[in-house]
Parts: sequence; structure tokens; C-alpha cells
Amino acid sequence: MSKSKSTLPLEKAKLLEIHDLMVKARVLEERLITIYKSGDAFFWIGGPGEEALGVPLGLLAKRGQGHNYDYLHLHYRCSHILTSYGLEAKNVFRQMMNKKTDPFTGGRNFSNHYAIPEWNVVPVTSTIETQYLTAIGTAHAQKREKAKGITIVTGGDAGTAEGDFASSLVWASRKGAELPLLIIVQNNKWGISTNYEGQHGEVNIADRGKGFNMKTMVVNGNDPVESYIALEKAMAYVRKHQKPLILEAHVSRLYGHSSADGANLRKDEEDCLVTFEDQLQQWGLISEDECKELRLNYEKETRMAMEEVRGEDGPEANTIWDHVYADNENADWRNF
Amino acid sequence: MASMAQAIRMALHYGEKHLDVKDIFGEDVGAPLGGVFTCTQGLETTWNTPLDERGIIGCAMGVALTGDRCVAEIQFCDYIFNTIDLLKLVGNTYWSTNGLFNLPLVIMTPVGAGIHGSIYHSHSFDAIATRLPGFKVVMPSNAKDAYGLLLAAIKDPNPVLYLKPKALMRVKGKELLAGEPESDRELKAMIDAPVGDRSKWKANWPELEDESVELGKAKTVIEGDQVTVVTYGRHVLECEVAIKEVQSQGVSVELIDLRTLYPYDWPCIQKSIEKTGRVIFVNEDTEVTNFAEHLVYRTTQELFYHLLARPRVLAGKNLPGIGLSPALEYASVPMKADIVNEILDVVKELP
Ligand SMILES: Cc1ncc(C[n+]2csc(CCOP(=O)(O)OP(=O)(O)O)c2C)c(N)n1
Repeated sequence: MSKSKSTLPLEKAKLLEIHDLMVKARVLEERLITIYKSGDAFFWIGGPGEEALGVPLGLLAKRGQGHNYDYLHLHYRCSHILTSYGLEAKNVFRQMMNKKTDPFTGGRNFSNHYAIPEWNVVPVTSTIETQYLTAIGTAHAQKREKAKGITIVTGGDAGTAEGDFASSLVWASRKGAELPLLIIVQNNKWGISTNYEGQHGEVNIADRGKGFNMKTMVVNGNDPVESYIALEKAMAYVRKHQKPLILEAHVSRLYGHSSADGANLRKDEEDCLVTFEDQLQQWGLISEDECKELRLNYEKETRMAMEEVRGEDGPEANTIWDHVYADNENADWRNF
Repeated sequence: MASMAQAIRMALHYGEKHLDVKDIFGEDVGAPLGGVFTCTQGLETTWNTPLDERGIIGCAMGVALTGDRCVAEIQFCDYIFNTIDLLKLVGNTYWSTNGLFNLPLVIMTPVGAGIHGSIYHSHSFDAIATRLPGFKVVMPSNAKDAYGLLLAAIKDPNPVLYLKPKALMRVKGKELLAGEPESDRELKAMIDAPVGDRSKWKANWPELEDESVELGKAKTVIEGDQVTVVTYGRHVLECEVAIKEVQSQGVSVELIDLRTLYPYDWPCIQKSIEKTGRVIFVNEDTEVTNFAEHLVYRTTQELFYHLLARPRVLAGKNLPGIGLSPALEYASVPMKADIVNEILDVVKELP
């Protein structure tokens, strides 16, 4: 029986949009894993299982270029956020298979290491937690310009042990110089093989914000509705008050850390997509068959996209010196 | 004549006024102090950061990622070492993104010994700086170059490490900057913050001009034909004194001030070595895997048959630190007598 409109936590269309994007993002990551397993890529790392947080985040952030739009300082588990932004599967595959057409790094970096100037997606780096430092700078520039955009930074739970996380708390919360910075932690309770208890004494990571007079939130990041509502509030607060907020989301790591530990489905982790689909079906918003069909369509789409780019060329060896310096100024000392 | 610190200050002012510098920041960089060497007094866009070097470099990266220009300071290079991975990121961001995100930022930091700074105010950084691909690295030896190199660094679309030889901060230049008043007292009254309450003080900047010193261009300070000495920073002054001494013994030395360590001016070095057949590279960073060793390597590869003597590196001893006592410091870094000896030794050497 379908639930009456008034008791739904979000508009029906929004719920279905979130679901659609979650499926799309999941299928994308699963395709990446297949590409790795079939030997077409050297390495996979990504964010399957964390879509219930990422998709709402991508829907709510202000996409665009420059200080008046939101800056995103992401880690390597954020394809779901960018799926909501309109990320093209083909480009993701190009990076995964290190093609010269990879629009983010030209075949130079791992999968899910995005860099998209038009969307204020600053380069994803492999160095854990340094994004919490660069976020200080974009947030500072936005504050200086009295801009409409805010800065959003996200990363894993284990990485918060790095001093860089503490730096973001210190710099964002100075009296009179508070930064419009939304600090997110995607707590999947693992850092490669080390579990949460192995690295944390604090109950909630977000609690660390309290010592800095920061507003804090802890949400069930496996619930897209709870995530959406919390993120909407959090972004509105940061935007309006030009002050930082720390939001910790509990999420699942559905396929392990990376291809290095097999990239196999972990049955002991909650799958946010399964939970959400059950919920949507209970609300009568979608049927099981429709869910299956949606997934099949995206699977077909991604397979075609993958096949289309698989044959593309890799970068030429003689391009190694390109872009060491701006304007392709010579950087080879042999030619100084 | 302006001191190097005053020249840097004037360059930063020029940067704020004409080159769109939006932020100048670091520990104690803002009012009231204006930097531990007074390089940032009286400026408009300065501010004090938390005592957090990683935060400073990360913040500079973020500002640069928005396209805004900034100058960040690490108070002493002795405290920059915990930011090495960030400096790697600064250097590789443009390359890693295949040309999508350049980082137009300047990081300045005082380097070297010479002020009895003991173990943690005497480190050098040139050897490590030149191991950070993607950066340009400069080190001035006089006030006028300090001004011109900083303007060029600010304008450059790439990250630039601006190494300040701390022993030269108070050394006055020999050439006026365009627009600089002739009297030192007048300049001081205009741009030095007063002692005591500074809350109402404002600098009265002279009308300065764009006297950029092109990056990558060395300067031949003394011409000569028996031996080439290549150096930078405070060792330009040290070498000048040494060269005066050997000149009185009839030895003719060519002195090159590299000014930009990377990308370095090879044609200038090459031309000189082809003329003299002898070369000594002088700097005060520790001698093992020293930047000068790369220059010697290149010299042997490309100029071997022009050489009349073994190319030399005269650098700091490979020690964990520089001791406070003058006897220890002077035995650790190249001093005038060491340079004199090395020059006399290399001219004696025959093929
Ligand atoms: C500075 C740094 N140290 C170590 C690593 C190696 N490493 C990559 S991922 C990872 C674990 C990160 O765990 P967490 O922050 O919880 O994020 P998750 O991968 O679980 O999303 C480590 C140690 C790294 N990339 N960077």
C-alpha cells in the first residue's frame, strides 16, 4: 500500500532521484571492479557502499566554478557525490584504464582521483587527510571574498588521526575568523585492516569538534533520507553563519579497502541500497522489478561506455615532461 | 639603500597593489610584528596563522586552487621539514592533473647559517628544494634582486620557493630600487614600523616600479678567466671577499650568482666554464647529495674536454646540525678562508 504524500520524509520525486543515482553510482563502482578483475586496470579503489551519504551530498552542494560555488575536497571514495553532479561513466573508465583521454589526470593517476575545475572539484590526492588542509585555503578565500560558496571536505575515519584533521578544526574555528567549512568524516570503521577500536578512543569522531565550539552531527550514512536531511541542515548552517560544522556519517565499506584486498562483496556489512530499496518498496514508490530494471539499464549503459573507451590509446611516452610547469615551459634540465 | 628585508617588504607591497596578491600569511607575519625579520610590516593583506606549518602550506594550496595569488611564509626553513609531503603535492598538482590546476603561490622561508642561530635556525633547504620537481626555486644575494625575484615569483604561474638568506636580511643594497628615496632615514621613516604602539601606524610606500628579475637567469658578478665560482645567497658575498683576496695574488676569478636554483641558467655556467676550464660550486647546505653535485655531474658530462681541473663542490659539512659556538659554525659551513684555499688549489691543478 502506498504511503500518503504527507508522511513521506522527502518529496517522492526526490526519493526516487536519490535511489536512481545510488543505483547508478553503485553500478559504476561495480563496473570498475570488473574492469580491474578482468585485467584492464592496475588498481581499483572507490566508494561502493557509501552512496547513501554521497548521493545526497552531491545533490545538495552548489556545483560550479569559482568562489561563489562550493569547493569539494574529496578522497578516493566519492564517485557517488560526483555521480549526482553528472559525472560521465566514460570518463571514469578512461581514468581507470589510464587512457590519454582521461580528462582528470591524462592517465597519470589511479581511479577515483578526480580533478574538475568547472565543478570546483580540487584534485583528489592519495595522501590521506591532506584535503583537510587545502580545504582551509579555499574556505578562507571564499570568506575573504564574502562569496556565496562554502567548502566541503570529506575523508575516512582512520585518517582523522593525522594532524591535518586537527589542523582543520583549529583553523576553521578561530574566533572572528571562522571558516565556512563543512567537515565530513565517512566513518566506515576501517583503515585498511585496522578496525575503529584499534585507532580511536573517542566515542564519536565528531565530538572532537565540540572542543572547538563547533556544531557537530552524527548521522546514519547508510540512510539516504537521514543523510539528506542532515546535510541540508549542515550546509544551510555553514552557508548562513559562515562557520564550520563537523558531520560524521556511519557508512559501510562494501567491497573492502581496494583491489589490494580483493575487492569482494562483504556480506557482513549493511548494504544501503538494499535497505533503501526495501524502504521504497514498503512506501510503494517503486517495485522490485522496477529496481531490477533500473539496475540492468545502468549495467548495460556502463558496459557500453566501457567498451567504447577500452580501445582508446594511452598517453604517449614523450608526454612525461608535459605540465611540469605551466604553459609547458621546458622542465627537462637537459634542455635548460 | 634598502636592506634585503625592506626590499622584500616593498616587493610584497608592489604585489598587493599591482599583482593581485590576496593574502600574505604565516606565523607572526601580520601586525603588530610583521614577521620575525620585519619582511611583512605595514602590508595590507597580511595575517597571522596558527602555529602550524602544515596548515600554512595547505592553506596556500587551497588559496591557489581558487586561482587567487598568495605568499605564505614558513618562519624558518628549519621548521619546513614536516611539510615535505605537502611540498611534493604543491610541486606535482599541475602535472598530476595533466595541466588542469596550476598553483600560483610563493612560499618564502629564511635559510642558512650566519647569525649564530644554533641548530634550529641554521638549516639550509636548497638541496631539498631542488628535489621538488614542479617548483621554481630562487635565492637572492642582494636587496635589488630580492625585490626583483619576488616580483617575478609572484607573477609566475608556478609554485615558487623563495629562499631568504637570513644572514642578509639587514644587509643594505648597493643599488637603489626605482622609486626608493635616496636617504636610508627617509625610507625607514616611510616603511619601518615604529617601536612601541603600532596600532595607528600606516606605511607610506614609495612609488615603486616593476623591476622583475627574470627567473632562470644568473648574473655574472665578477668577470675573470682562470676559474669559475658558482654560488647564490649569502655565499655570493662570502665569495666576493675571498675573490678580492686571491685577486691580490694575481688570480682571475669569474663569479656567478645563480639567483634561480631551478630552473638554473646552464648557458651562463657553461659559457664561463668553457672560458676558464675550472669551476667551484659553493653553497652551505650539507655536502652529500648536494644540489651542486648535480651541477658537477652535468659539468663532467657536457664540458669534460673543456676542463683543466677537477670540478669542485665546496659545501657544508655533512653534519646533523650547526653548533652555536662560532668555532663550530665556522668549521661547518664554507667560510672565506675555505673559498680562498679552494680557489688557489684549483688554479694550481694542471691537466
Ligand atoms: C598519509 C598517508 N598514509 C598512509 C597511506 C596509505 N593508506 C591508504 S588508505 C589508508 C587507510 C585510510 O583509512 P580511512 O581514513 O579510514 O579511509 P577509508 O579508506 O577507510 O575510507 C592508508 C593507511 C596514505 N595513502 N597516505
